[in-house]
Amino acid sequence: MDDKLVIAGKEFKSRLFLGTGKYRSAEEMNAAFEASGTELITVALRRLDLSTPGKKTLLDEIDWSRYSILPNTAGSRTADEAVRTAQMARAMGLSDWVKLEVIPDAKYLLPDPIGTLEAAKRLVDEGFVVLPYINDDPVLAKRLEEVGCATVMPLASPIGSGQGLVSFEQIKIIVEQARVPVVVDAGIGSASDAALAMEIGADACLINTAVALAKDPAMMAAAMRMGIEAGRAAYMAGRIPKMAYATASSPLEGIVR
Amino acid sequence: MSIQITLNGKPEGLEEGTTLSQLLESKGVKAPRVAVELNRRILRREEYPSTEIRDGDRLEVVTLVGGGGARP
Repeated sequence: MDDKLVIAGKEFKSRLFLGTGKYRSAEEMNAAFEASGTELITVALRRLDLSTPGKKTLLDEIDWSRYSILPNTAGSRTADEAVRTAQMARAMGLSDWVKLEVIPDAKYLLPDPIGTLEAAKRLVDEGFVVLPYINDDPVLAKRLEEVGCATVMPLASPIGSGQGLVSFEQIKIIVEQARVPVVVDAGIGSASDAALAMEIGADACLINTAVALAKDPAMMAAAMRMGIEAGRAAYMAGRIPKMAYATASSPLEGIVR
Repeated sequence: MSIQITLNGKPEGLEEGTTLSQLLESKGVKAPRVAVELNRRILRREEYPSTEIRDGDRLEVVTLVGGGGARP
């Protein structure tokens, strides 16, 4: 069965997207990417450090030809800042895709729905492929789809918190109503979280901290890959319903007494 | 004659008539993944050699880094 993920016309065999932050070394990062099978990584945009412009960063050590690059607007607190950041990212000439993050609060790093919708409208109008990061709000997800976003990306729980899927009922509603891929992004802590996200119908997971800061990032990346494959297969296989009572597995007649 | 600009948020002095290409070269900026914004307008690479920097200009030179969901 051909179960490819398609976003804005681009096909992906892997349903695991990875962030590039928080890795302790380029070796760990590359080993994790390799083990994960990922085809898409997210990157942020910052001022170049002009005191050491030639200094190599972790990003210089990856093989850029192997992955689709998804720039994000991390650091933006308002729609204006996000639009400006997206435009600068596009000016690099690598991608007109943008992961839209509008995050005004530093403690919980939760996305501003109003700023996100406003920035999404402007960026779609300017020809960007927009992947917006949101709370698990089904109405907001529909609005973003209606203005032309390529996916919706509801959070499982706050960025880096590792809490896993805190409220999956609303994500199920988003999955039910969405006509674009749903990517669960932020808060995934371990492979079971990723598997659960896929079992409730998410199309992909975006994971960063859980892999980068695991004791063994490559091993965790492989675990996430397997968790996502397992969860997706379970979803496609059509599980049994949960019932309050038991139903015997073996025949009720012919029991020796 | 020397002029004053703001470069990545910090004051910078340079010679009048310096072009953007010359400034980037003098700073050792070779990064492949770089974008430049001059007075809130993003410049195309073709414009770098011919753009002269003027007194009071605000310049942002940015690159891609690892990360996301950053503290705003």
